[in-house]
Amino acid sequence: MTIRCEIVSQDRMVFEGDVDIVVLPGSAGEMGILPHHAPLLTTLKYGFIKVRQQGKEEIFAVAGGVAEVQPQIVTVLADAAENIEEIDEARAEQARERAQEMLAKGVPADSDAYLAIEAALRRSNLRLDAVKRYRKGGRPNTPGEN
Amino acid sequence: MASAREMRLRIRSVKNISQVTRALEAVSASKVRKAIAAVTATRAYAGKAWQVLTHVAKQPGRESLHPLLTKRPEVKNTLAVIVTGDRGLAGAYNTNVIRFVARKFDHYEHPLHFIAVGRKGRDLMIRRRKNVVADFSNLPAAPSFMDVSAIGRMVVEEFLEGRADEVYLIYTDFITMSRQETVVKRLLPLEVDGSDRVEEYEAKAGPAAAYIYEPGEREILDEIIPRFTGLQIYQAVLESQASEHAARMIAMRNATDSALDLVEQLKLAYNKVRQQTITNDILDIVGGANALAQS
Repeated sequence: MTIRCEIVSQDRMVFEGDVDIVVLPGSAGEMGILPHHAPLLTTLKYGFIKVRQQGKEEIFAVAGGVAEVQPQIVTVLADAAENIEEIDEARAEQARERAQEMLAKGVPADSDAYLAIEAALRRSNLRLDAVKRYRKGGRPNTPGEN
Repeated sequence: MASAREMRLRIRSVKNISQVTRALEAVSASKVRKAIAAVTATRAYAGKAWQVLTHVAKQPGRESLHPLLTKRPEVKNTLAVIVTGDRGLAGAYNTNVIRFVARKFDHYEHPLHFIAVGRKGRDLMIRRRKNVVADFSNLPAAPSFMDVSAIGRMVVEEFLEGRADEVYLIYTDFITMSRQETVVKRLLPLEVDGSDRVEEYEAKAGPAAAYIYEPGEREILDEIIPRFTGLQIYQAVLESQASEHAARMIAMRNATDSALDLVEQLKLAYNKVRQQTITNDILDIVGGANALAQS
């Protein structure tokens, strides 16, 4: 028994496949979606989507968005999403430093620039967090964490 | 008639022009391909977002519509977003957009203001004394969604704060390399009901079941609709860029062809001048020799 899972961001299809379970970072808490789940719409926080396919787990970092659940399919409309294996740690580190520097210099709050920098900072933090938590060689993925 | 030396220079310069235009043609051709690939990549998200929207709109027992979906009974102000290029030398591409805007809006029943995306459009609108409230020029060649999301935010804000009661988007749809069409699309209020796309979707998926909402229907629509609006603008910008590059490519190809034609004509004229000079020289020598013989 599987459920279809599709993760799309504005500029590409990130993941598509039949999976056993999808774990979503819902705004009201993490939720595991199994096949035949009741129809559900939820907003997503910055966090990690985990999909398990025959015991193999793939993890995606997602920077917010919306997920629609139907009994046969989970659709994630992500603001930005990537497989954590694709993350470039050095680049994320640089991006974080750049964003922090710019914020330290002082940008008027609630301006467009401020929002953009803050979003960039949150994204790079998320990426670095992903690498630390899940990348092979990092801290092992402890069971019962979900 | 110009001297042979002048004509040689002219031929050389026209040949150089043809080389430049040919290079520009090749550059534009590769940019068209890139822009089209980017548009195709956004279709997955756009399709999915639309499904979710129609799904929500079709919910049984839905409360009042979300403000971004609600048509206002009285339209007082209209906002139009005009997408053009930053550069000229693209045939009739930019003027076509402006002419389209003039046709649609010059005798419009409501007060108008404009957001210009692209330098050419901005300049032409200002020259026509239109009320341009914002300008998003110099977008990068292959913009990411982040580069244009500010436009979407501004449009939604204008609408929600009542400065605009309807928002139109004017851009150039890429159909084929030799055919682009200026089109207008209503961005806000977003029309979900009564669209044939809803029926199409229902036919495939069956009627929508009631949803569990987390946190609430309102919050979810708050998230989806502005993003969808932003995405529509992003797609329009990409389509327009593809059209601009295609128009430039054709314009440059025509320029190359005319330059080569001109070179042919100039060569013919040059050869005539050259031959005439030789004939004159021979006549001079023969005349001189005859005069000497007679004396």
